[in-house]
Amino acid sequence: MWLLNSSVGRKVVMSLSGVFLILFLLFHLAMNITAVFSAEAYNMICELLGSNWYALLGTAVLAGGFGVHMVMALWLTWQNLQARGSSRYAVSDRPKNVSWSSQNMFVIGLVVCGFLLLHFAQFWYHMMFAELIGYHEVEVGGKMIGTTDGASFINYYFSHLWVVIAYLIWYVALWLHLTHGLWSALQTVGLSNRIWINRWKVITYVVATLICGGFGFVTLFFYIKSLLS
Amino acid sequence: MDKDINIKLKVWRQRGPKERGHFESYSLKGISQGSSFLEMLDVLNEQLVSEGKEPITFDHDCREGICGMCSLYINGHPHGPDTEITTCQLHMRKFEDGAEITVEPWRSAGFPVIRDLMVDRYAYDKIIQAGGFVSVNTGGVPDANAIPIPKRDAEEAMDAAACIGCGACAAACKNGSAMLFVSAKVSQLSLLPQGKVEAARRAQAMIAKMDELGFGNCTNTRACEAECPKGVSISHIARLNREFIKANLAD
Ligand code: HEM
Ligand code: SF4
Ligand code: FES
Repeated sequence: MWLLNSSVGRKVVMSLSGVFLILFLLFHLAMNITAVFSAEAYNMICELLGSNWYALLGTAVLAGGFGVHMVMALWLTWQNLQARGSSRYAVSDRPKNVSWSSQNMFVIGLVVCGFLLLHFAQFWYHMMFAELIGYHEVEVGGKMIGTTDGASFINYYFSHLWVVIAYLIWYVALWLHLTHGLWSALQTVGLSNRIWINRWKVITYVVATLICGGFGFVTLFFYIKSLLS
Repeated sequence: MDKDINIKLKVWRQRGPKERGHFESYSLKGISQGSSFLEMLDVLNEQLVSEGKEPITFDHDCREGICGMCSLYINGHPHGPDTEITTCQLHMRKFEDGAEITVEPWRSAGFPVIRDLMVDRYAYDKIIQAGGFVSVNTGGVPDANAIPIPKRDAEEAMDAAACIGCGACAAACKNGSAMLFVSAKVSQLSLLPQGKVEAARRAQAMIAKMDELGFGNCTNTRACEAECPKGVSISHIARLNREFIKANLAD
């Protein structure tokens, strides 16, 4: 299968899984923005998704996409290390038009992944997972919170400064990943040329900033709200 | 104004492909800034020979930027600190008096060191042999107006054809990828009517060879494009990807 047997094929898989994850992030962002405007509306979404079969299916597809992206990241990075060979340059210098992110995608990805685990432990584990194993309420910070009461989870976690800082670091890492990732994904599937590469780069920065800025805004919004209440 | 400068060199010495290499330091006095980098190495080699030592092995041929033989990773850049030139076109006026210059061979699994600064770049020839040609004899050079070709295509093909196969792209790449070279060799043919016929097969064969030889997966860092002495653009890589994907979807 050329998607796995050739370098370009493997890159196409990387690219498509990455774009899929970006689409998910946009969807996730839309949900978070809802929470800013109305806790009820947000909880309605949480109930709607909860642990229904379609939410589970969605989660499985998402996990699959993430898994593919991770496995390919490991595979490609390992192959690239082999291709580089065992002897390293004593002096190396990054040329001007080469972004730092582009050469550190794996490491940035690992950072993204690390914070993702924190995020899962705080939200997914207490919401979808708890519901799956039969709970409808969980104890968080000494209070019982309903597993579909997403707004209360947000209010609780984002009232802690360390959580807010951790999430902001996460968004910065994600931003670095996406500022290279999106245009690179389009270049990989051949949708670029001399003119479009610059347009894609602009679009990439806009999308990455929208996603990460949006998440950052929601996080700070709830932190400030907690300070005021 | 060109001056005579004193420099310190740190040069990679390695007696053979299997031997362990190491850096050796040399001091050179009174090097004219008007001389080329390779002339400076010639002076160093004369000095080494007169001292009864082994001269430094390095590749070179035309010394005018067209053959692609010269290589050298100088102070962290393939073909040295200047842009869009080969090492043979690099002049000593790029360096100040007292400069310390580190000279290394291309380091990439696809380009094993033969000796000192000379590496085996036969891998690139093998990729060309896999498909970088037009199978039928297309005759002599046709009249310019016999086959109309859009100016944009002609220029793109010409830009790709500027590639001299020097290997700086893979040497610069943290992934050891040869994609810039392969994409140039594919574009220079597939944009033109004589080469278009075999475009799909060519892209597949050359990528397969490139993978087989152990070159890495391109992640679009653009280091190749920045270091390429001929300014070959990564837009050719996008074209190669496009051609390869189309060819495989059609199969
Ligand atoms: C929300 C999570 C993530 C998103 C949205 C995302 C998105 C992307 C995109 C769009 C690309 C570009 C694909 C291409 O160039 O063809 C990419 C590449 C890559 N990602 Fe991710 N990624 C995510 C998480 C991760 C994680 C957890 C890792 C793992 C360690 C990772 C490692 C990589 C690597 C190594 C590349 C290849 C670099 C490249 O081709 O430019 N990513 N990612
Ligand atoms: S693409 Fe540029 S750097 Fe690569 S082999 Fe050709 S001329 Fe050298
Ligand atoms: S020696 Fe021919 S290009 Fe440098």
